[in-house]
Amino acid sequence: MSITRKNVGTFLAAGTLAASLVGCASGAPGTAASSGTAASSGTASSTRTLTREITVFAAASLKATFTKLASDFEAKNPGTKVKLNFAGSSDLVTQITQGAPADVFASADTKNMTRLSDAKLVDGNATNFATNVLEIAVPPGNPASIASFADLGKPGVKVVVCAPQVPCGSAAETIETATGTTLKPVSEESSVTDVLGKVTSQEADAGLVYVTDISNAGDKVKGVPFPESDKAVNTYPIATVGASKNKELAQAFIGMVTSSEGKKVLNDAGFGTP
Amino acid sequence: MSFEVRTRLDARDFDMSLSLGPSETVAVLGPNGAGKSTLLGVISGLLRPDSGRAQIGGRQLFDLDGGNHRWSAPHLRGTALLAQEALLFPHLSVLENVAFGPRSKGASKAAARETARLWLTEVGALHLESRKPAELSGGQAQRVAVARALAAEPELLLLDEPMSALDIHAAPLLRRVLKRVLAGRSAIIVTHDVLDAYMLADRVVVVENGRISEEGPTRQVLERPRSHFAAGLAGLNLVSGMITEQGITTPDGQFFAGQHDPGWSPAPGQEGVAAFPPSAVSVFLGDVHGSPRNSFPVTIRDLEPHGDQIRVRAAGSGTGERGTLSADITPAASADLGLVPGMNVRFVVKSALVSIYPA
Amino acid sequence: MNSRSGTGYTGVPPWIYAIAAAGALFVLLPLVAMVAKVNWPQFIPLITSESSVTALGLSLRTSAASTALCIILGIPLALVLARSPFPGQRLLRAFVLLPLVLPPVVGGIALLYTFGRQGLLGKSLEVAGIQIAFSTTAVVLAQTFVALPFLVVSLEGALRTAGNRYELVAATLGARPTTVLRRVTVPLVLPGLASGAVLSFARSLGEFGATLTFAGSLEGVTRTLPLEIYLQRETDADAAVALSLVLVAVAVAVVGLSYGRRNAGARVEVQP
Repeated sequence: MSITRKNVGTFLAAGTLAASLVGCASGAPGTAASSGTAASSGTASSTRTLTREITVFAAASLKATFTKLASDFEAKNPGTKVKLNFAGSSDLVTQITQGAPADVFASADTKNMTRLSDAKLVDGNATNFATNVLEIAVPPGNPASIASFADLGKPGVKVVVCAPQVPCGSAAETIETATGTTLKPVSEESSVTDVLGKVTSQEADAGLVYVTDISNAGDKVKGVPFPESDKAVNTYPIATVGASKNKELAQAFIGMVTSSEGKKVLNDAGFGTP
Repeated sequence: MSFEVRTRLDARDFDMSLSLGPSETVAVLGPNGAGKSTLLGVISGLLRPDSGRAQIGGRQLFDLDGGNHRWSAPHLRGTALLAQEALLFPHLSVLENVAFGPRSKGASKAAARETARLWLTEVGALHLESRKPAELSGGQAQRVAVARALAAEPELLLLDEPMSALDIHAAPLLRRVLKRVLAGRSAIIVTHDVLDAYMLADRVVVVENGRISEEGPTRQVLERPRSHFAAGLAGLNLVSGMITEQGITTPDGQFFAGQHDPGWSPAPGQEGVAAFPPSAVSVFLGDVHGSPRNSFPVTIRDLEPHGDQIRVRAAGSGTGERGTLSADITPAASADLGLVPGMNVRFVVKSALVSIYPA
Repeated sequence: MNSRSGTGYTGVPPWIYAIAAAGALFVLLPLVAMVAKVNWPQFIPLITSESSVTALGLSLRTSAASTALCIILGIPLALVLARSPFPGQRLLRAFVLLPLVLPPVVGGIALLYTFGRQGLLGKSLEVAGIQIAFSTTAVVLAQTFVALPFLVVSLEGALRTAGNRYELVAATLGARPTTVLRRVTVPLVLPGLASGAVLSFARSLGEFGATLTFAGSLEGVTRTLPLEIYLQRETDADAAVALSLVLVAVAVAVVGLSYGRRNAGARVEVQP
């Protein structure tokens, strides 16, 4: 490409345009731009105040319960609106760090909440509101006749677990250490959904997932509880995000989650109380 | 070895039969779209006709008559095809191109190369053996293609206008090569060039509209053409009609006086043609005084230089259903007469130069 | 195309350059942003960690295997699509090209129901003692599934461009169809075949969704580089970025190779 003197101007103009476009986009989740602390824009916050709206970032395992809690909250507080965003806890932390407009963050583990508070992006202290334990998921017929955690270590049993890097995987590892049972998984998936998928498709004989995941999956999988699960109890903390423009409403929502009414919804879905 | 084909392809309105004697080369002449390439396609096995049969030296190529479905694939036929373009395999050297046929028939690499060198020598291209096709001129490539076709030892060589893509300097050399290698070999050559027919063919077949319209020994067809196409190739005017003692009468009543063969006289009502060169035609303005024979009004269609003459093409009521007659006159005469297209003039044909013979 | 020679007049309006530059930046900036995020002092340790090297090795091995499988299955497919018209040909082409537009995870689900334990073929295979699920074979199958269209498309294009005139000549010279394929057809379309194979390799290397769904994720067996990156991202963002850069580097090398080959190929074909 030959650039004449006149074209240089156009070329630079295009560069500036592109750069400013990218600059606009840096506030959106998932972009690789480095301006992590970029707050949500003023226009967005003013509309939020007007409509009394909050955005809740919650771990994927909270989808069913928080959807219900949000609509209950809206019913009790007319004129409010709760927007929900579900994803893996570490994804959510990354999004908030990159400036995504969140008012409340509910994590599936304390580690990710600590990441956010270490980044000084949490308002006040986090509250633990639920616990979750692992359970063995098997296909409806339980083809490998799994009855205990030790059964998972039997030769020929195809077990799928989460990779140690993700919370459900580190929990499984903790139980392995505590019980002295060594698993030889055929796959270490990066999410609970992938573990469940392998079990529902009957590719695997058993998978280790949270008890709440099994109650969510309906009759496609069967749960086999085991007493050793209390060796790795997962705690769910919730907190107001520091950059929130509507901390009052955010606190109200957290209050609802931690109330007895909230506990009932959570317990019904299989969550424990901390 | 003799060859015979009879075939019909309804979709192309194509119906021909043709036979070749041993070591005979036949030139197939005809206008574009007449079915010349279709004929070669059917013989080589690249086109499947609706019906017909063909055999070569007693070996059947195909038989699709009477419910038969015998059809041998192109590679089993022994009919190498040389096209307008050399189509040398671009990824192989000249030597490997020529060795391709023998290799395909199972010869060892060394033997195939030896055969290839023999044929490259035959076409005067041995010095090119290590080149890639991209490094050859058009004429060189076509000579190598001839060697490649011959190295496959075809029982029948099919040539589809092999000279037409060459420039005027390369064509004569290839024509000489072909003249040499086609001697004693059965071949069918499709051509537009009357020179190819004269030099290379023993016999000429004229093809028009998917049918054979005329065939015979080359000299006879080109000197005494019976089809307008052959007459055009030979550069002759041709008029057809009923032969009389004095000449010929066209269907619309125009009479042409001419010469019969010595010692021959027509049967009453015999169909025939009158052929005469453009140089036997003169052009006059207005009425002609003197001999009124072979004089008729025409309208000039076009004028074009032809050698050092001007060729005047004109049509009149008596010039036959196929249209135009040609006259060759000097540029000076053309200028004196002020000839332009659309002008009405009179053609006068010298009867001594008009040959009359049966169709 | 070449503005260095001749007058230099390209006929391209100047404003086109502005949009083209924006387009180029759109692709380049994310890469630059990623490079900027790389933790350089830790780069070498990160990419040479045992799990990273294992994942890269597995990716290269499986991609090579699936490329070979693509060539074996793709050449006949491309030939049938390019050369012999038959009823349903357009439909077949549409289906062969489907993985190009299908989300890979859908491909993974489809493969699961074919080769999985409860799948269409999987049951019979399991009886025969062949287990595909959670094996490296499953990775290769998933990669082949998504990469095959790339080979078929570029080879079919090359075959159509080359035409069949050389093949007809070869047949009249006495070459059997198999000989024609081996000595004429394949050598003629070699540049197209090579660039198709390179694209297939690149696509296999980047395969993620179908592998995750169908093959699972186990170090050294099914966890290819993209899966490793996805997993590392959970805990160690620096490692994920470093590995991403490795994948980008391999992809750039592969595409560069393909582009070079294609140009070389084009040069060979410029003659009658």
